[in-house]
Amino acid sequence: MIETNNLDKDFKYEFAKEHGGENIKHCFTCGTCSVVCPVFDLEENFDPRKIIRMIILGMRDEVLKSETIWLCSGCYSCYELCPRDVKITNVFSAARNMAVREGHTPPAMRTSVDFLNKLGRLLEVSDFENTVREKKEIPTLELTIPQVKEILKKAGIQEAMDGGEANE
Amino acid sequence: MSENRYAIFLGCTVPVRAFNYELSMRRVSEKLGIELVDIPQFACCGYPIEGVHHDSSLSVAAMNLALAEKQGLDIIALCSACTGHLTKVQKLFESEDNAEEKEHINNILKNLGLEYTGKTKVRHFARVLLEDIGLDKLKEAVTQPLEGVRIAPHYGCHYVKPSDIFDGFDDPIHPESLDMLIEATGATYLDYKNRMQCCGGGILAINEETPTNMVKAKLENIKTVEADAMTLICPFCNIMYDEMQKAIKEKFDIDYNIPVFFYPQLLGLAMGMDPKKDLGIKKKQLAVLLKTESESE
Repeated sequence: MIETNNLDKDFKYEFAKEHGGENIKHCFTCGTCSVVCPVFDLEENFDPRKIIRMIILGMRDEVLKSETIWLCSGCYSCYELCPRDVKITNVFSAARNMAVREGHTPPAMRTSVDFLNKLGRLLEVSDFENTVREKKEIPTLELTIPQVKEILKKAGIQEAMDGGEANE
Repeated sequence: MSENRYAIFLGCTVPVRAFNYELSMRRVSEKLGIELVDIPQFACCGYPIEGVHHDSSLSVAAMNLALAEKQGLDIIALCSACTGHLTKVQKLFESEDNAEEKEHINNILKNLGLEYTGKTKVRHFARVLLEDIGLDKLKEAVTQPLEGVRIAPHYGCHYVKPSDIFDGFDDPIHPESLDMLIEATGATYLDYKNRMQCCGGGILAINEETPTNMVKAKLENIKTVEADAMTLICPFCNIMYDEMQKAIKEKFDIDYNIPVFFYPQLLGLAMGMDPKKDLGIKKKQLAVLLKTESESE
């Protein structure tokens, strides 16, 4: 049951201002997204139509605190076929960015950011890789790319994860 | 920009988890006259943090694009997710709109002495093969066609979707480019149920069970059409379908035993290149492509 008193009626407007959330209000709940979703096919907890409805209804906390917004695999199947051009894949990016700013960053995402800060890549290139490359006469790789850390710092990723409204 | 000369964008996964993809792609490119330039500061494409922080994700992409633009080069990418994300940012900058966002991102790059204007374009290696080399020339280059080999293509999502950034080079729902590329090697491409299904790699870090089931479903469909092998063009899809077969064997006690090849490995073999030295093809896998195993069965 949905308690109407707890709904945040302005949430959809706030959401539409977020990068990727612009077309959220176009949705007419046809369900094409859920039908073509390869995740929903095997995991009923991830129902894109339902999540979009929850956003429009204003179920702010239920959406932003939930693990389900992190289960979109980013395949763009729904994005291609949505008759209302809701750009659903981007909707999930928007929801995730908002969740992060409210302190709900999944540990796996924190790890990714840590790696990018430390190495500039998600995976570590070691001397082993470079030895193989040399043997094959392929240019070796820099072990770290510190410019990425500078960019993340200036862009404000840490403030966002710490819950500051860096975008405002 | 200059003809057949590109910056090669590896991203995070290729050099560490899919070196044979890079090796075979470089050797094939050399033989086809595609010149590759390595840019040492190329980093992560930015896609993995799209869900964490929009501005950071776009700025990291723009940094890579600006590095190539500084050298007057377009980019060839091997990873489909890198291709998609870099292309998305390229289109944002190329457009006459988005002035404020472009300025904001370039402001973030300024301290590094970089600026991106949208000139440097990005394409996936498979698309470059198709558009710049072309099927006729590829067929000419094939000296040892892989006749009788039945290949199930896995397109991957970000290679063709979202289609609004890919200039209509292939159909996002019923793509054909990889089929045609497989055919050019002399092998036979197979259609199979749900062939555009996503590998699930995008959520592996969040939830392991669902993507494992996604991979299993696809392997099942490929097994059903009696494919000799699968071919793909993305390092992360490869992690899912190749490396995950072991996990599926342990968990479900099902051994699909489907060899997975990166497309340039197939092409290189058909072009007569050394399977081990140039293409990183394992001995057991090679038997599948040369049909030496099935004869003895």
